Amino acid sequence: MTAAGPTLSQFLAAQERKTLLRFLTCGSVDDGKSTLIGRLLFDTKLLFDDTLSALEKDSSKFGTTGDDIDFALLVDGLEAEREQGITIDVAYRFFATDKRKFIVADTPGHEQYTRNMATGASNSDLAVILVDARKGVLTQTRRHAYIVSLLGIRHIVLAVNKIDLVDYAQDVFDRIVADFNGFSDRLGFASRVAIPLSARFGDNVIAASERTPWYRGPALLAHLEGVDIDSALAGKPLRLPVQWVNRPDLNFRGFAGTLTSGRVRPGDAIVVARSGRLSRVARIVTMDGDRDEAIAGDAVTITLADEVDVSRGDVLCDSHARPDVSDQFAAHLLWMAEEELLPGRQYLLKLATSTVAATVSTLKHKVDVNSLERLASRTLALNEVGYCNFSLAQPLAFDPYRDNRDMGGFILIDRFTNATVGAGMIDFGLRRATNVHWQALDVNKEARAGIKGQKPAILWFTGLSGSGKSTIANLVEKALTAEGRHTYLLDGDNVRHGLNRDLGFTDADRVENIRRVGETAKLFLDAGLIVLVSFISPFRSERRMARELVDADEFIEVFVDTPLEVCMARDPKGLYQKARAGAIKNFTGIDSPYETPEKAEITLATVEASAEEQAARILKYLREKRYI
Amino acid sequence: MREVVAEFSHPVMLYSIGKDSSVMLHLAMKAFYPAKPSFPLMHVDTTWKFREMIQFRDAAARRLGLELIVHVNEDGLKRGVNPFDSGSALHTQVMKTESLKQALDKHGFDAAFGGARRDEEKSRAKERIFSFRDRHHGWDPKNQRPEFWRVYNTRINKGESIRVFPLSNWTEIDIWQYILAENIPIVPLYFAARRPVVARGGTLIMRDDERMRLLPGEKIEEKLVRFRTLGCYPLTGAIESDADTLEAIVSEMFTARTSERQGRMIDGDEKASMERKKKEGYF
Repeated sequence: MTAAGPTLSQFLAAQERKTLLRFLTCGSVDDGKSTLIGRLLFDTKLLFDDTLSALEKDSSKFGTTGDDIDFALLVDGLEAEREQGITIDVAYRFFATDKRKFIVADTPGHEQYTRNMATGASNSDLAVILVDARKGVLTQTRRHAYIVSLLGIRHIVLAVNKIDLVDYAQDVFDRIVADFNGFSDRLGFASRVAIPLSARFGDNVIAASERTPWYRGPALLAHLEGVDIDSALAGKPLRLPVQWVNRPDLNFRGFAGTLTSGRVRPGDAIVVARSGRLSRVARIVTMDGDRDEAIAGDAVTITLADEVDVSRGDVLCDSHARPDVSDQFAAHLLWMAEEELLPGRQYLLKLATSTVAATVSTLKHKVDVNSLERLASRTLALNEVGYCNFSLAQPLAFDPYRDNRDMGGFILIDRFTNATVGAGMIDFGLRRATNVHWQALDVNKEARAGIKGQKPAILWFTGLSGSGKSTIANLVEKALTAEGRHTYLLDGDNVRHGLNRDLGFTDADRVENIRRVGETAKLFLDAGLIVLVSFISPFRSERRMARELVDADEFIEVFVDTPLEVCMARDPKGLYQKARAGAIKNFTGIDSPYETPEKAEITLATVEASAEEQAARILKYLREKRYI
Repeated sequence: MREVVAEFSHPVMLYSIGKDSSVMLHLAMKAFYPAKPSFPLMHVDTTWKFREMIQFRDAAARRLGLELIVHVNEDGLKRGVNPFDSGSALHTQVMKTESLKQALDKHGFDAAFGGARRDEEKSRAKERIFSFRDRHHGWDPKNQRPEFWRVYNTRINKGESIRVFPLSNWTEIDIWQYILAENIPIVPLYFAARRPVVARGGTLIMRDDERMRLLPGEKIEEKLVRFRTLGCYPLTGAIESDADTLEAIVSEMFTARTSERQGRMIDGDEKASMERKKKEGYF
């Protein structure tokens, strides 16, 4: 270090101020992409002496530039690439200037390596698309522009390379730029800058070239240093996908993950996206003491003020700006496997920290990556892009990809080979209306019952056929309706004609019959209604199952206790007669048992009082227990 | 790192004792705080490491209260493999690559953290952050899993494993700045001191113990040297330097004109040597 050089503290302070730009370069085999990156590394003096001496040796052995240094050899790392002279996989390069640090994803240009290019694009903010000045905008240029726009890159540099080989001609450059702009207008880039350059000779790479006096724009490096790529993730709503729950002992329960967007401070209200549970941030815990704030990109461990159920895959969010929660969405999908995509086949989908089973329910169209035409297709082959509806085994929390890459980008994994076979970008969620958990918070059972002026409950009438269940239930419903209560009556015979018409009277079918009725009653209960269920429901275990579907004070079992012989004598539908004649099998009380309730809330001995008196008893019970 | 602990049943951190390992270990302590990392550290010992490295290793594990597994390829020892007679290539193959495979198989680890960085070497520039290895620990550079965004495919079948490189996108200067900012302990060999060295193959090799053999005409000199990278002492070159503090090292770094791997004698053995070693299962 010379005496005039910067001091260490100045150096460190400068390092601190540097921002990071991640960009990718794309172009085809002969566009000079690797040469350009080698030139950037060389001219920013990031090459060490020993690397340079190795390069000089390699240049004479493999080089294609005569006695000059072949910069492409710096970056073509894999043996196969060197031998074939092409770049087949994404290579990451690092360099820095006084203003910025750069990570370059050097990606291959061939159509068969579209997936590698997309991989590089997924983590980049800017793309440098190379064009050979002699060839102009090619099909592959259009493909590259489309793929980078699909991956959400908003800033693009059109590098018109080998300008030396067209004698630095302005009209050639202008024609290429006009061509490119005409095509890329619809791709929605925020910035497009075209630069004439020669990677081999360094024109307009680091400094403006005297050989292109007609070009007044920035040199490539100056543009890369200055371009504003701020995506303002910190200003967006909080999203913290929980990666891991930190539980060293019973007294500590922290949720670890990286903020994909937004900021968080102790005291902030958060919501657990899928369950809709609310809490507040208690602490932001680090090894160097608690922090006051964390912002997008920070890997944190936070604790919450309440004991809420949170596990890996949950997303902690700003309670005022929540993500979608749905089991269906529409997305663009890039297919990356030799074996084609099969709509309907189950794959694993990993988004942020969640992994769920998923299928493509509809392939709406595929996109010709060269012409952008939409084509009807039943499948996607390697490197093809499609627009699909997805259906998931469980709901996921997500945002559209354009708003948040980490919350809207997902991979598909083959269940058998474990290969990564697809990359998807969510456009929007489908079927929001059925989003039960989401709405559970805003309008819940209590709210619905509240506007009806009642406490919802299920009155479950059980008893033998002909015991008087339906008669009494009808009377109760009439009385409730008369005083303005909201009710619904589920009657065994009626339900069996519709919802349960596929069920018979075997024990298995009786169980399923009651299960369905129990679930249906629960939905009506959730709607805030007083539900009257009139079913023989002969088995204790199924009545218990129905009872356990809801809260303890929401289930009122009413045993309509009428002796079998009385029922047989009444026989209002002539069923006992048929059963005894053997015309009906599995008839309760005849050849199928009835298990008497042990702890019914209300037992009605019908032989002692009229149906009206029994109904009045039930209304009295409801009033005393403050249901109405 | 949290992703690995959440998704794998039996992870391990390969701890090479170098500066990158020290940073990686420090990050792990922070990532899991207030809990401790739930995985052990494992050092594949060739028996030719600097003595100060071994002392540092044992002290670090003790200080942090972490389990340390030390694995030596006993079979290689019995065969008498050493860097002088066997050459650096065979020595590395047997005592590092083979030894690492033995150790991973023996303990059944399904994920192993390593401190490799993409800026170190050309074939590493194409390495994934979550890098899949087959049952034989092989790496197939042409068939790597595409790695989108920060979504890592962690699914493997029995017997297969994943190597994880949390420092992939760090550069050497990043490492030093972070060590300085966080005051992370590192092996004293990184700091300049007077050490007995011999000039060989364009670098300075330190005589760490009496096993060091001299070639005709070589002689031991005391020089003020330090190391930019650490490995087996007969294969690791020192540089002449008076940087004896972290600040001095960082200052030296930003005027440096040679890459850190220059001190590594194994890389120069043949072209594409790293890629070949990796296909065979070298870290």
